[in-house]
Parts: sequence; C-alpha cells; structure tokens
Amino acid sequence: MRVLLSGNEAVARGCYEHGVKVATAYPGTPSTEILENVVKYKDDIYCQWSPNEKVAFEVAMGASFGGVRTLVAMKHVGLNVAADPLMTSTSVGGDGGFVIVTADDPGMHSSQNEQDNRYYAKFAKIPLIEPSDSQEVLDFLGTAYEISEQFGTPVLFRLTTRLSHAKTPVEMGTRTEVAQKEYVKDTSFRVVIPAHARKLHVKVEKRLESIREYAETSPLNKVIEGDPKVGVISSGISYQYAHDAFPEATFLKLGLSYPFPIELARKFCARFETVYVVEENEPFIEEFLRYAGITNIIGREKSPACGELNQRIVRDSISGEDTAGEKTSVSPRPPVLCPGCPHRSTFYTLNRLKIGSTSDIGCYTLGVMPPLEGIDTCICMGASIGNSLGMEKAIGKEFAKKMVAVIGDSTFVHSGMTGLADVAYNKGATTVIVVDNSITAMTGHQDHAGTGTTLMGESTTKLDYIKLAESVGVKDARRVNAFDMEAVKTAIKEATGSDEATLLVMEGPCALQARSQWGPALVVDSEMCTACGLCLRLGCPAISKDENGKATINPLFCVGEFCSMCAQVCPVDCIAVPDKS
Amino acid sequence: MANKTTDVFICGVGGQGILLASEILSDVALAKGLDIKKSEVHGMAQRGGSVVSHVRFGETIYSPVIAEGEADILASFEKMEALRWIQFVKPGGKVIVNSQEIVPSGMETYPPAIDRKITERVPDTMFIDALKLAKEAGHLRAVNIVMLGAFSHFLGFSEDEWKSAIKARVPEKTIEINLKAFELGRAAVSG
Repeated sequence: MRVLLSGNEAVARGCYEHGVKVATAYPGTPSTEILENVVKYKDDIYCQWSPNEKVAFEVAMGASFGGVRTLVAMKHVGLNVAADPLMTSTSVGGDGGFVIVTADDPGMHSSQNEQDNRYYAKFAKIPLIEPSDSQEVLDFLGTAYEISEQFGTPVLFRLTTRLSHAKTPVEMGTRTEVAQKEYVKDTSFRVVIPAHARKLHVKVEKRLESIREYAETSPLNKVIEGDPKVGVISSGISYQYAHDAFPEATFLKLGLSYPFPIELARKFCARFETVYVVEENEPFIEEFLRYAGITNIIGREKSPACGELNQRIVRDSISGEDTAGEKTSVSPRPPVLCPGCPHRSTFYTLNRLKIGSTSDIGCYTLGVMPPLEGIDTCICMGASIGNSLGMEKAIGKEFAKKMVAVIGDSTFVHSGMTGLADVAYNKGATTVIVVDNSITAMTGHQDHAGTGTTLMGESTTKLDYIKLAESVGVKDARRVNAFDMEAVKTAIKEATGSDEATLLVMEGPCALQARSQWGPALVVDSEMCTACGLCLRLGCPAISKDENGKATINPLFCVGEFCSMCAQVCPVDCIAVPDKS
Repeated sequence: MANKTTDVFICGVGGQGILLASEILSDVALAKGLDIKKSEVHGMAQRGGSVVSHVRFGETIYSPVIAEGEADILASFEKMEALRWIQFVKPGGKVIVNSQEIVPSGMETYPPAIDRKITERVPDTMFIDALKLAKEAGHLRAVNIVMLGAFSHFLGFSEDEWKSAIKARVPEKTIEINLKAFELGRAAVSG
C-alpha cells in the first residue's frame, strides 16, 4: 500500500518490517516521533523511553547482546550524551543487529547547535547510512541491519529535520521475523579490558576496510546518469536539493557514505572537469576526496557552513548570484510560554525578587523572553545545576542568594540528579528549582521516570524528587503549588535566604494537558484597574493593554481559574471569574 | 501537468489548522497517483507562533521544501503571515490571504498597510474573509477548510476528489460544516 509517511514514521515502519524486537529512546526534536510510532507495533516490538540517551543506548546494546534486532533513536546532541557507550560499542553488533538513529537539526529549528553527526561514524569507526526520503528510510534500514549482522558492527543511521518531518510516499511491506540468536558468554568482545580492547581495535580497523570494499559496490551508492559534463556528489537530504538545483546533472548519490567508497568516487570525479560536492553544514564527503588527492572538486569554498540548504541556496552558492528575493520586515511571532503555563510563576517571582537563574533545556527556556527575562544561562541538558554551583564557587556563597538553578522534571531525570548530588556533596548553597509539569512537554508530552506511566502505556513506579534530594543529602526539599503565587514567592525567598542547598519542586500540570480543567476566561474590571502593569509582567499571551493602558484579557486564550496567576498578582483585585449573571 | 511541479506554500499562526489543510491537499495528490512531498517543522511550542507547510506535487518530486521564488500559490491563513513569507512566491504566482488579523503576543496593535504591501509585491492577490465564511459554515475553527476551498480552485483536481479527502480526514460530526466551509471558500474566489 502506498501511503505518506514522515521519515520518523518510516523508521518506525522499518523497525516493524525488518523484525526489530527492542527500541529505545529519549525524546528530542526532530527524533521524537520515531518511538511514538514504534509503540503502534508494541505487540511485536518492546519499546521504552529511557531517562537519557546514554541509558537508552546501553539498554539497546544489552538487547543486541541478547540476540535481537535493536534500535536506539535520539536527536543529534543526544548522541553526545551517549558518546561514551558509542565509542566503545564499536565491537558490538554481531549478536542482534544494532542501529543507532541520529536526527540532526541543520538550521537549529529546535536545538542549541547544528553539529553534523556524520563525524561520529568516522570517530567511532562504524558505518554511516544516509537516506534521502521516507522510502529510502524504510528500505535502507533493512540494509543497515544486514550490514550490522554481516560485519558485526553498530550502524549509524542519519536523518535530518527535513527527512524526519517531511512526508513522502512509501510502499509498505510486511514484517519479516528474524530469529533470535542464543546468548553465549564470550568476554573477548563484551568485556573490554585493555587486553581485549587492543585486539578489538585491530579487528575494527580490518572490519572498516571490509565494509569500505562493500560500500564501493553497494546499491546504496549509485551513479545517476545525466549531462556528461556536470558531475555532482551528494548524500541524504542534500541530494534532493542538489537534484532540484541541477536537474540535468550526473550524480554520485551516496547512501552508505562511511567507510567512504573512495575508488567509486575517484572514478566518478575522473569523468568530469569539475565535480560539485553538495553538503549541508560540514564538508564530510569533501574531506575524504581531498585527503585522497582529488582536487577537481568544488564544495565548502562555495557553500555555506551555517544553516539549512535548499535548492535555491545550492544554485546560488555555485552561480554566485543571490536570488533569495527581498524579505519584508514583519513583526516576529516568537513562541512564548502558553497561557496557563505553570512555569510562569517561577520566572515572574524571580524577576520581581531580582534573582537570576542558570537554566536548562525545555519549554521553560522561554522564560528568557521579555518581560520575564528570568534566565542567565542555558547550555545543554542538565547544565543548570552545575552552572549554578560553579558560579557560587567562583563568586562566593552569597551569590547563591542571587542565582538559582531552574530545570524541568524530565531534564532533571535526564541529567540533573548527578548535579544535585554534587551540590550536596560539595556543600553548595544552591537553590535548585524543578519546574515539574510531570511530562516531557517541549517535545510533545512524553512520559518519563517521574510520571508513573511507560511508553507502552503501563502504570509504573514514579520517581520521588523529595526523597531523592533527601537521600543525596539536600535537607530542605519541598513541594510547592506552582499556581499559588504567594507560596512560590515564600518558597523562593526562604530557599535563597538559606546557607544550605534547597530543592523546590514547583508542581503544576502542563496547561496543554489539562484542557478539561480550563474554566471560563477571567475578566478585568476596567473601572477598578489602575493600569499598574503588574499582570502584564507575567508575559501571558492572553493579557494586553487596551487603548487606555488598562489590562484586557483575550477570552480565546485565557484558561480561567485553572491558572489565575494574574488575578493573584493584581494589587487591587480587579481580575476575576466572570459573573454568571 | 506532466513533469511540472506544483508548489503550494501554506502559512499562518499556530492553532489555525494549517497542518490539516496541507494533509488534505497531500491526500488528494497522493490519491491521484502523483509524487508528493510535504514538509513542516515540529518542536518548539508552536502555539501563537508562525507556522509554515510546504506541499509539492507532480510527476517526480525531489526537494521537500519550496525555495524562495518558487511557490505557485501562497495561501496565508493570516494577513501579516502572507507578508512574512511573500518572497517564496514565484514571479507570476498567486497569493490568497485570509484577511483576519492576529496581533502577535507582546504587540499592542496590528501594523498598518499590510494589504497594500502584499499587493505591491504580488499583484495577483485575493483577500477573503475566511473567518466570516467559517462562521457562516457553522464553526469559527473551519477557517482552514474555507482556505482549502479557496486555493483548491486553482489546483485542477475535481470537487469530488477534494470532498472525499475532507471526509476522510475530519471528525465525522464536523463533516457537514467542513464541506460547507469548503464550498464557501471555493465560491469566494471563483466568482
């Protein structure tokens, strides 16, 4: 059957068709929908959210040891978290086929950097597969498992945002079961003590050469004949842009781009006076060509290092023209914290108390926007707590009264727990605020170890932040109702006033998940309103000024008494639930 | 239409149902046996943000995104958003705009002269009051299907093909409202 699937949906379909039995991930845009779709096949595939990418990777590796086809998926920066097992798993994969999906984010639609994870394949010495549409995602995934099992190696399978999220036609097939291999103890490659690892490194180098020979003739790498005068080498989504930019050209399209099929490329380049190498972000392919002494190529010198490509950018970069057309200056529409967001009280209060925050990755990063402006730093998952402790150690203990760490519940579970232990162990005075909406909200509401539900929909144990804090030695740990402005203020004042570490768990459900609790929009009594502007400082999209500078509430946006933060901060009590009469 | 790509660039504000409209367009093209690619970006809290969907169909489609200067049709569900993305319209292309104004969060009033700025860039621009037509059809949320009706007029598929795709995508109890919205949108530009 021919259907439209996104690249992420095609990975999930591929897991089903190619006999995968275990799939793991931590959610992260643009990779999240992979596991959200794998769970549709839960009768055939065990799948789970792990606390972070490192654990997800290790669970998947264990499942591979257990003899079944396994997949682990993550966004590009997630592979940094999983880099430790990745770099040493290069000798794994012979048991059950093992595929690592990395979804990179050129253009940084929702990421902190645009690192090109193709380099991880080279760094870890494992094969790299780059599909360029959803059909190839489905088909190449099968090849990835064959390569993994044939050569005894993990395979890195690279998507980018425009592959993960674009829908393209796919011809669906049926599931082929793959026999489970029996687990037999063998420490020679599963225990990487130096004596074993030295032998394994030699094996890995030989294996790379074998896979390179395979890549030279793999159907994943093909020449698409066209104009005999124009040669282009490309891979992944860049191939599609390049094809639109040069529809008549002859292409070397690489789907298995590492170990690099250098003889195939050399032969291709010899046919042309000049070959264009079209790559988004980094000159990964170009470096192999140049290292091999192939010089009749044009790549990075003409193409941009920053941002996404499209067919126009590819064409312009080579022609030297600028056909982008004039942009019209229009007011931006940045994303903001939703009306009814429980995180708003924390940032409003920090702003009023003139306390800054080291913060973290999640919806609450939007607390950096005016008028809340409550964030000083945000670098990577879990960094908030270490950053706060470090600033305190550099500037002095008093500074902890002016700087708190703000981290979401899912991010805390991902990589905040060790930071909290560090604060206690190294006697920090840090105030750690977990803004707990009991879900991974930013990526579209996924469960985690603190929510009490698994990916497959079963009830399970729920991480207790208070007990955790107490057990690592943070004596003052408390829960606060995030929708109670007075309680939030009191808690933050007391925590920052103390010389010891404190954990505050600001509890309140994500407004988008609590629609059933929304009430009628609040209204402003404009005769009573003094236009003081305090409610506007909440930065709620539902509140704006009328022509007299007084507050007005958009009834289409306001979630009513569910939130009512504006009514609580109003000094003259002029915001209330509408009179039923 | 052999070997010709049709590029429809759909934009608006998060929550307006842009993605549903582009799904229906994609379904119609797919059912016709055409190659089709549809691209949008998920992730950041989209509520109230600017949302874009690229739909390309034809015999063989390569890039999943429409580049600047390529769109045959730009359908904007909000006025200011049409201006934000106007450089994507090809020379001689068409713009269909819902004249609804949604003030961006943080701004006090809506900027003036947007209509004029759009028509200066693309003379072939049609404004329709999709919000009013949606209300007439039976629900304010049907703005997206009114807009679908409007741009469908220029894409060459039959009315039946559109209607069966709509029926397959919308909740059963809203079918009648949505079919009405589609007809009103289509009539608004074909007169």
